[in-house]
Parts: sequence; structure tokens; C-alpha cells
Amino acid sequence: MRANLQTAVHHGETLTPRAYSLRTGASVGPGLAWLGALFLGPLALIALISLLSRGEYGTVGGAWTFENYRRLAGFGLLGFDSLYPLIIARSVLLGLTTAMLCLSAGLPLAFFIASCKGRYKNLALTLVVVPLWTNLLIRTYAWQMLLGPESSLTQVAALFGLAEADEGLYPGLFAVSLCMVCDFLPFAVLPIYASVEKLNWSLVEAAMDLGANRVSAFRHGIVPQIKPGLTAGFILVFLPAMGQFVIPDLLGGAKTMLLGNAIQQQFGAASDWPFGSAVAMVSLLVAMLALWLMARHTGDDELNIL
Amino acid sequence: MHARSKTLTTSAAVIYAFLYAPIAIVVVFSFNAARHGAGWQGFTLHWYRTLLANEQALSAARNSLLLAICSTVIATVLGTMLGFGLNRYRFRGHRFVSRILYLPVFIPDIVMAVSLLLLYSLLRQWSGLFQLGMTTMVLGHVTFQIPFVAIIVRARLAGLNPALEEAAHDLGANGWQTFWRVTFPLMIPGVLAGAMLAFTLSLDDFVVSFFTSGPGSTTLPILIYSSVKRGITPDINALSTLMIAASALAAVTVTLLQRNRKV
Repeated sequence: MRANLQTAVHHGETLTPRAYSLRTGASVGPGLAWLGALFLGPLALIALISLLSRGEYGTVGGAWTFENYRRLAGFGLLGFDSLYPLIIARSVLLGLTTAMLCLSAGLPLAFFIASCKGRYKNLALTLVVVPLWTNLLIRTYAWQMLLGPESSLTQVAALFGLAEADEGLYPGLFAVSLCMVCDFLPFAVLPIYASVEKLNWSLVEAAMDLGANRVSAFRHGIVPQIKPGLTAGFILVFLPAMGQFVIPDLLGGAKTMLLGNAIQQQFGAASDWPFGSAVAMVSLLVAMLALWLMARHTGDDELNIL
Repeated sequence: MHARSKTLTTSAAVIYAFLYAPIAIVVVFSFNAARHGAGWQGFTLHWYRTLLANEQALSAARNSLLLAICSTVIATVLGTMLGFGLNRYRFRGHRFVSRILYLPVFIPDIVMAVSLLLLYSLLRQWSGLFQLGMTTMVLGHVTFQIPFVAIIVRARLAGLNPALEEAAHDLGANGWQTFWRVTFPLMIPGVLAGAMLAFTLSLDDFVVSFFTSGPGSTTLPILIYSSVKRGITPDINALSTLMIAASALAAVTVTLLQRNRKV
């Protein structure tokens, strides 16, 4: 090889360091500049503004302060106020519940798809993907009709005393949760299915031969093998559920506010942008914490954002 | 594969029914003669005719398409270049960039939306430009589209056989010729898949559009949202049904294309 210290062979081509860095800049430069200016920049802006306070007429002003975060933690001007701690806890809990429900409903569906053969398998898989391509807003407002006062679902629930006959099953956390499970279920099914396809059944058979019953064969023979799919499914449902704005806005009540609604309220009607920025920072931190926990759990470096 | 049990088939059927219940009710009600209420009062195409005469809906459809086309073109160019560069070149901060690329995919979209809203209002105070409207929406859409395109293009490049490019060089092609005659044609499936995803994401987006739109730049999702807030009318069901049909068609086409290419 004739390559000396000044040049490097790159995909069959010999490049000088200067040419190498020129090409690097030309290819990644514009995209990174865009993301820096319109993604990272605005996030930094939110972080800064969350440390200011609301001026007159909804403007941003004042001195640096942690007041917004104190208020989020419950220490308001008029003593302890549980409103915002509850909103944070409710959002996280709803995200966790939705993710668990999606995993429980996603498991049988993933096993069903894996058990289909040939073209039926493609059909079963496409049937899971099609709702994902359908607008979330449409799939969400449809639940207003499904759970409305006159719907058959409500009437059946009323028969069992679960609902008032003349009121619908929405607004409320039940409606929000049901809709979220329906909307995000495909995010759980797809990664679980990918794991199930790779499943080594001989391990399960070995467990059964060694006297394991069905439950422990599932726990020790199957669950460890499909764990990557379960973890991916969990995080893919938790993140959009935790930060949702549309679903609680259309199906939730005023008493069941979530982080997404709180942000919209502060940037909209309440017009307290610094406080809204602090709420946005909290949602961002919860999302990044969840990603970090998952990356540490699976050892996937690409997803380890922190 | 093991023989599947009746329980598995039954639970799969129930879950599919649950997944399709909201889609089904919108489609059924778009053909229902009843204006209010949940009862079926006979088949009609009346709401589709109402929709076609609805000037607001038509202008929202035009805005949605314009927004999706403009943002997809920009994001596909920038995202393809970024994906190519990240695959080919190592530079300081490469790991950081690779990680940051996933952040817009995962963080709550409302956070991105309000951060853009803040930036625009700040820039508006300084420069008088950045009035909320189609331009600010395009800027926002490109921002969430770039990572998706870059990730897909980079994955496509990572799966290519490096011997092809080496062969081109050995046969005397220079860097430019190799790129346009060998590398780029091989990248095209990834670029198209990225553009397709970017286009769909733009058409579907509500949250970023909602916070960065101005008067006169209403898109279809914004129109649906404000109609739902006022109370669902049957012609909105008709509009939604058309959108459902379009996205189902797109989903099936992509699935078929992928199967034929054995990707």
C-alpha cells in the first residue's frame, strides 16, 4: 500500500484530511445547522425561559428564579398546592398503565401473527399497521362517538351500573386510557412480534420436558427471549402516552389534566409562557429519564441519549 | 410453529375488533342519514356532497398538501445528506449527533411545538418576520422530518456492500462518478422510504401545526380538531373517511412494495 500519513483510503478512494473534512462539513453541515437552529436552540430557549417569570400582559420578564419549578413541586404562593404534583404523577402513572395494558393486549396478538402462515401472516401484520397510518385525531374523536351518551357501549355499561344512562363514558380518565391503549397498541405489537418470530421453541419444549407447567414455561422459557421486544414496546407506548395532548384534550375532563394539557393551557389561555416552559421541561425530563432507563436496561448505545 | 389454540385466535379477533372500532364507527356514520345521535337512519351520500361544497375543507386540503410537499422536499434533501455523512465520515461529536438524532423522534411533540412557538415569537420581536403561517409551519415540519429521513438513509447505507464502490474506483471512476453512478442509485430505496415517511408524518401532524399556524394556514387535522371542539358533524366523518381510505391505501401499497423487494 502506498498510503502515507497524509491520506486515508475511504471506500476505495484516497482522500487528504482536508478533502475529508470538507466533505464531512458539506454533507452533515446543513442538516445539523437546521437541527441546531430549530430543534436544540428552541429547547435551550425553553430551559432559559422556564427560569423567568410572567411579566405584565403575559410578557416574559423578571429576574432569574426557580419559582416556576417550586410551583410545579407544590409550593405555591398560598401554601402547598397539590395541583401540579398530581398532574405530573397522573401523567406518569397513565403512561405506565397504558404501556402495561398495551403489552398485555399486544402479547397474544403478536403470538397470533407469528402463528399465521404465508400470505395470512402479511395480512395479519398489515391489519396492525393500517391503524397506525390513520390520523390519530380521527381515531381519537371516534371514541367520543363510541363512548357518548347514546352509544351502545354506554347502554351496556349502564345495564351493569357502570355508567349513568344519560351520561357518556367520557370525559374522564377511563376514556383517555381506553383510547390511548387503542391508539398505541400497534407500537407494542410490532416489536413484540419481531421478538416472537426469532423465538427458539426448543427451549420452551425443554422446560416442559423437565416438568415445567405452562405458566413457568412461559415465564422462564419465553419471557427472557422476547424481553427486547417487550422493553421496546413498553417505551414506544409510554413516551407518546405520557406526553399526549390531543387524547386528554378531547376525552379527558377538567379534573384529569395531564402534562400535555397543562403546557397548552399555559401557552394558550393562561398565557404564562415561563411557567408553561417549566412544565414542558418536566415532560422533556421524564421522557429522557425513561429513555435513559431503557438504554441502561438493554445496553443499546444508540438510544442512550443522556 | 405450534398449532395455535382457540383461545389465542379468539383473543386476537377481539383485539382486532378493538383496534378497528373507532375507524369503523367514523366510516359507518359518514354514510348515516341521521344528523345527530347514534341510531342508523339509512344510507346516504349527502355528507360527501356537503363536504365537496365546503370551501374551508377544500382550502385546508390544499394547505395540507402544500405543507407536506414543501417540507418533504427540503427534509429529504437535508436528511439524505445528513444520513450519508453520518454513515461515511467520523468527526468530533459524531456520537453526540447520532444520539441527538433520536431525540426529536421520542420527545413529546407538544414540547417541540411550544419551543418553536417561543422561538418564532422571539424572532418576530427582533426582526418583524416569522409571522405565524405556512412558512413557520414548513420550518417546524422539516425539523421533525429530518431525523426520520437521516436514520432511514443511514440504515440503508450501512446495509450496502462496500465492494461495489471499491470496484468502481478500481475500474477508474473518480469520487463524483462513483457517487452518482453507484452509491446514489443504491441509496434510492432508502431515500424514497424516508421521503414517504416524512410526507405521511407531515400530513398527519396536528400538534406542531396547531401551535405554529396562523390565520389562513389551516390544515386538515386543524380543521377536524376545531370541528370536533364545536361538536362533530357528519361531513367531518365524511372527510375523515376519505383520509382513512387514503392512508389505508398508502399503508397497503408500502407493504406490498416492501414484500416484492424482499427488504
